[in-house]
Amino acid sequence: MKIIVSIKQVPDTSGKVAVNPDGTLNRASMQTITNPDDMNALEAALKIKDATDCKVIVVTMGPPPAAGMLREALAMGADEAVLVSAREFGGSDTYATSQVLAAAISTIGVEDDDLVLCGRQAIDGDTAQVGPQIAEKLNLPQITYAADIAVDGKNVTVKRMLEDGYMTIKTQTPCLVTCIKELNEPRYMSVGGVFEAYSKPLSTFNYETLKDHPLIDATTIGLKGSPTNIFKSFTPPQKGAGQMLEGDGKETCEKLVGILTAKHII
Amino acid sequence: MDFHLSNEQLMLRKMYREFAENEVKPLAEEIDEEERFPMETVEKMAKLGMMGIYFPKEYGGAGGDVLSYAMCVEELAKVCGTTAVIVSAHTSLCCAPIFENGTEEQKRKYLPDLLSGRKIGAFGLTEPNAGTDASGQQTTAVLEGDHYVLNGSKCFITNGNVADTFVVFAMTDKSKGNHGISAFIVEKSFPGFSTGKHEKKMGIRGSSTCDLIFEDCIVPKENLLGKEGKGFKIAMQTLDGGRIGIAAQALGLGEGAVNEAVKYTQERVQFGRRLSQFQNTQFQLADMHTRMQAAQYLVYAAACKKQLHEDYSMDASMAKLFAAEAASDVTRRAVQLFGGYGYTREYPVERMMRDAKITEIYEGTSEVQRMVISSRLGVK
Repeated sequence: MKIIVSIKQVPDTSGKVAVNPDGTLNRASMQTITNPDDMNALEAALKIKDATDCKVIVVTMGPPPAAGMLREALAMGADEAVLVSAREFGGSDTYATSQVLAAAISTIGVEDDDLVLCGRQAIDGDTAQVGPQIAEKLNLPQITYAADIAVDGKNVTVKRMLEDGYMTIKTQTPCLVTCIKELNEPRYMSVGGVFEAYSKPLSTFNYETLKDHPLIDATTIGLKGSPTNIFKSFTPPQKGAGQMLEGDGKETCEKLVGILTAKHII
Repeated sequence: MDFHLSNEQLMLRKMYREFAENEVKPLAEEIDEEERFPMETVEKMAKLGMMGIYFPKEYGGAGGDVLSYAMCVEELAKVCGTTAVIVSAHTSLCCAPIFENGTEEQKRKYLPDLLSGRKIGAFGLTEPNAGTDASGQQTTAVLEGDHYVLNGSKCFITNGNVADTFVVFAMTDKSKGNHGISAFIVEKSFPGFSTGKHEKKMGIRGSSTCDLIFEDCIVPKENLLGKEGKGFKIAMQTLDGGRIGIAAQALGLGEGAVNEAVKYTQERVQFGRRLSQFQNTQFQLADMHTRMQAAQYLVYAAACKKQLHEDYSMDASMAKLFAAEAASDVTRRAVQLFGGYGYTREYPVERMMRDAKITEIYEGTSEVQRMVISSRLGVK
């Protein structure tokens, strides 16, 4: 069994967000982190590895500096990494990105007992589209919003967290699961892991590697091939800190009613 | 000297920082207030390989280098002096002398548990009448058949109440002075060994500090570390390495205080202006940062020299002397910039100031460092 985890380097939104004139993100001028939900996906894979000794391969599409993020994933315990990087892929929207990533994952190879894990959504685009689109293009069953994953041989049981409750779904490998932060607490890199990270394999898939793959259509990759049009990009105004009232008695309810009345909400 | 950090060192610094911010900083005030040893943090550090950073993997270490270890202590000390000294004393004062002087059997027996952090290590040299004058050891070790019998006591032993394994020094032949001191590996379960009460300290209050008591303590002959009579040399070599750890602790404390002061002075408004807008504040912060930067160069240089097996004794002394005095000065200045709030326990700088003071005292006072440095200069 192996687990392929798709991860993405995203701007650290705790810093300032910079936008190019064409509306895309100016990633070069911003601090980067590994997308938080993707860290949960990686942790889920590493937990399964701890239990089964399976292989974990991380894959990302991005500019060459994204290799640093892949090395960090290797330092956490992943076994191999693949950087999908080419000028032709630059500026891709979710449709184009999932096409390239699906081709890359298919090139790595998805066997009968394999699992593909993604984060639910990236904090830069917030679309939650890439994972499901990869599954569609690879013709894999998909389970989204995983808050718990149990793997027993080829059987995969996932507890999905929805807005109004949980749903448990059972399926079989190969399949794709998108992960949310409630799934786990990502581990730190270990000291020993860091010293091993640079001797683990990291391959680069460029345009030449993937151009003849049946999933790749040269007219629908990169910025030009992306059907999404960005009309405007902006940093949303920060929400004010909420007010928490603690306690379950009548007094707290009265206080709540008082606050809502004062604000003319009720 | 080239201080371009390797990719691994840069990645480790990031990891140490994240760990320190998320796991260590939230506990720093509490463990200081309650004088509580943060065992839960030690367990987390153990899992991440932080209790055996620069030792080979074959003995259970993380396979890293001395600078990576110093950087770990530095990053921990930025947020918690206590946690930093736990790692420093364990690594430099117990793991290192066993690794550097132990027989293959001793290394195989003790290092895997120590380097993986399953067991904590400590070092017993100081006695009530043998502090800076470490040669005045009164603890004795007498060979009786297949074991030594130790009698005496040690004081101010860092990690003392929580350690499982101790490197202890005792006089095997009083007539030979320094050459009559020998080193031993002592387990806490050995008959006749016990620890005293927790010392109430001014700073690093979460760290365990206590007496070690030896009452006809039976230590197997095979636990002699190095040769009989070579203990003083082992102690001095060990302290050379230990000084890098304490220098890194001082460095982190000073840097942490600068970070806090930079943040606070940009928030605090007096006379209608942020404190950071006053030139006095700007000059103070510039001086504080410059002192800590200079300290960092000295600490990193000593660590790199140790890694390369060069003679680093004077470098370690200079690093500790400068970093400790800089840390005391910088943390005191940080309290001053915070004003009245800095004197309260609401902000961390008073704790940093209390923690910094000990770095001028333990593992060789600043005066001892000056003695080492001047003697290396041939000054008599």
